[in-house]
Amino acid sequence: MSIDSASDAPETTEDKFTDPGLPEHHRPRRADTNPAAAKRAEHQVAVLFGISAIGTIIAIWAWVTSDVGADNIAGTQRSTMFIGLGIMLAMLGIGTGAIHWAKTLMRDHEMVEERHDMRSSEEARAGAIENLVEGAKDSGVGVGRRGLLKGSLITALAIAPLSILVPAIGNMGGDWKVSKFRHTIWRKGTRLVKDPDGIPIKAADVTIGSVFHVIPDGLNELEEGKLEEKAKAVVLLIRMDPADIKHVKGRENWSFDGIVAYSKVCTHVGCPVALYEQQTHHLLCPCHQSTFDVSDGAKVVFGPAGRPLPQLPIAVDDEGYIVAQSDFHEPIGPSFWERLK
Amino acid sequence: MTDVKKTPSNSRLTRAAGATANWADERTSIGAFTKFIARKIFPDHWSFMLGEVALYSFVVLLLSGVVLTAFFVPSMEPVVYDGTLPQFAGQEMSKAFESTIHMSFEVPGGLLMRQIHHWAALIFTAAIVTHMARIFFTGAFRKPRELNWLIGFTLMLLSLAAGFTGYSLPDDVLSGNGLRIIDGVIKSIPILGSYISYWLFGGEFPGEHLIPRMFTAHVLLIPAIILGLIAVHLFLVFLHKHTQYPGAGRTNKNVVGLPLFPVYTAKAGGFFFVVFGVIVALAATLQINAVWNYGPYDPSPVSAGTQPDWYMLFIDGALRIMPGSVEYVIGGYTLSLNVLIPAVIMPGLFFGFLALYPWIESWATGDRGERHILDRPRNAPVRTGLGVALISFYVVLVLEGSNDIVAHLFHLSINDLTIMFRILVFVVPVLAFIITKRIALGLQRKDRELVLHGHETGRIVRFDNGEYIEVHEPLTEQERWVLVSYDVLRPHELAPEHNDRGVRRRGYRWERFKAALSRFYFEDRIEPVTPAQLRAAQAAHHAQVEHAASDNVES
Repeated sequence: MSIDSASDAPETTEDKFTDPGLPEHHRPRRADTNPAAAKRAEHQVAVLFGISAIGTIIAIWAWVTSDVGADNIAGTQRSTMFIGLGIMLAMLGIGTGAIHWAKTLMRDHEMVEERHDMRSSEEARAGAIENLVEGAKDSGVGVGRRGLLKGSLITALAIAPLSILVPAIGNMGGDWKVSKFRHTIWRKGTRLVKDPDGIPIKAADVTIGSVFHVIPDGLNELEEGKLEEKAKAVVLLIRMDPADIKHVKGRENWSFDGIVAYSKVCTHVGCPVALYEQQTHHLLCPCHQSTFDVSDGAKVVFGPAGRPLPQLPIAVDDEGYIVAQSDFHEPIGPSFWERLK
Repeated sequence: MTDVKKTPSNSRLTRAAGATANWADERTSIGAFTKFIARKIFPDHWSFMLGEVALYSFVVLLLSGVVLTAFFVPSMEPVVYDGTLPQFAGQEMSKAFESTIHMSFEVPGGLLMRQIHHWAALIFTAAIVTHMARIFFTGAFRKPRELNWLIGFTLMLLSLAAGFTGYSLPDDVLSGNGLRIIDGVIKSIPILGSYISYWLFGGEFPGEHLIPRMFTAHVLLIPAIILGLIAVHLFLVFLHKHTQYPGAGRTNKNVVGLPLFPVYTAKAGGFFFVVFGVIVALAATLQINAVWNYGPYDPSPVSAGTQPDWYMLFIDGALRIMPGSVEYVIGGYTLSLNVLIPAVIMPGLFFGFLALYPWIESWATGDRGERHILDRPRNAPVRTGLGVALISFYVVLVLEGSNDIVAHLFHLSINDLTIMFRILVFVVPVLAFIITKRIALGLQRKDRELVLHGHETGRIVRFDNGEYIEVHEPLTEQERWVLVSYDVLRPHELAPEHNDRGVRRRGYRWERFKAALSRFYFEDRIEPVTPAQLRAAQAAHHAQVEHAASDNVES
């Protein structure tokens, strides 16, 4: 239930209200009516600008007295903090001062500006068309007998960028040997060594439940392409109780006494699959949580990866060191279109 | 000599300024331009500052970026660290990483500049996204501003590109793994994937070319395009004149506000310094991207809880959420949909929808006029619902992109969390759409109530017959205008499929689609109060009062 305390209904005839227009009166601010308030606002603005100047001095002082260095972390932190706070004051002082000035002292009566349609006037449009028609006539194209000119110009313009783009793009791809994606530097007899120090691993050193981050022997000595080869060749070496291992058909002799080696590069988008859970034999990629079961051919048990991690066939050489039997039998890492070709 | 009037210094200053202005005007006609620009009117609203935040943080990015280029070495050439940071003693790293460490620890204020730059980048992208949301929810993209929406959209994409290329420059483990993910995504593209990857990296990942190339893109190519587009963006803002919220006296044919000089020179100019100051405050007190904790890039290590910068999280979340079972081999070729869908197709559709939105809505409205008065979001319930649905979709993916952190914080199973998000990513946007649309319609009904019955005053009156009522205060004309002045759009009428000679009309299917879209948008609507309805409501109130009064007389 409600009641209106005013009785005069608006005088509108159609089914729509009419715009009452801008309110007549302007609500004055304190500084508009009280000179003391205006004076106070003026002082406040000046103080804010003053704070800015002090901030500049603090920043320069902090820089001059900086004592930084990797062996002086506290000094670096202090310098960062005080130069920063100085700049902050220098900026905020100006900013808040200017805004305070605008909000308290500048005239705040709303003003009106007319708008015009974006569409040009009819005369302007007609004039534009006329000019274009005349120009086209002057060029001879509009007459219709110059189709050859038009066609050849458009063709030339369309293909001319290729004169720059083809060499540029061609150069940027280096040797374009995309088949390199398929191979790594693992060879028959390459020793599995620890990442990053390159120490070879004896089968006897690998206790059940342990995991080694492995690179191929000789990688660290590569002159060229070390990181590229490492990005493909990194391997995880894991030993489980042989009874826990489910052998994939055809790979029965790829492991040694419960020791298996799998590519460390995720088959999803290539992150290193670095987290090993001893109890479940699961390998987890920390980037997107693809989970692989190492005891069962590293097949995917969860997450966005589509394929198992490739297995590196291993054996033990005469001196008891773990070696590769060959390269991986499939391309490592994320899928690509011609992966299986 | 004492009676010779000395010219006060300010008038000498005035004369000097006048002479300079004259000199400049005679060479550039700057007088006419100043006349045009100085008293140009801008409407006032806090939401109009979001675009300013983006612009100003970009200026901060340029300033701090110039300082950084003085110390950064964009090279992947390996060097052995010989500095004093103990954890890297004797370690091999790229010059890019070494110079980043050097400028962080050995250059006073160097770390501060890095942190200013990084914070400014995060705020830049965030400001662009919120600015875009403001434009979306208020319908500021409508004619004649569709082009400026597209330019702003392109600026948003460029800000992501600028952010990602910059993030990757220090060549640390975290950003290196990010690049490897990008490489994996590129390789999933059918036919061309391997070649695009090879082209980008100049060979195999990581190669030696990427950082110099990204550096050029980051400091020259992308900022130059951003600057050019900002110029066009702002030119169009001036040309179209700013939109304004509905209000008495604010029409489609005018703009009501305060002049550029002096009010907005002070307010907007001052706001630049405020944005700058806030970014520096963050940089001075909150550490960001501490690359020395991650170490130089090496293809082997990775750390748990890895997150990209916030603007890439939704793509990372999409990669995480996708089940892996959709990789197919067709005729010997591998189609890796488990990567292609989340990282290429989903962002393509998401961004494509955003880019085309002004046209999608204009198919539904069939509106051809210029629209300079902004919509209050409640008055466009379907658009508002779609916007909130899109945001909720984005947020689900962002949460999934942090699923390891969420799982850790709340002691949940990460697998359960991912399975839950796989469902929520479809369910939440639909629910968000329905709920938002309902809330918007509810708010419109509330507006109607307010117009018809006025404000509650809290004043309770008792009649002589014992009846209590609350006195309602009618709205002022100005208040009422805000609530009743919106346009009501109704679904298109679809003309029959065949014309009167029984021939099927051309373009019928397209019209049918537009009509269906129009129904989706405007089927449910709340019409604004008409003067007749208001009069009726008021008459009813009076009848009530009189009835109560007459009751009183009878008793």
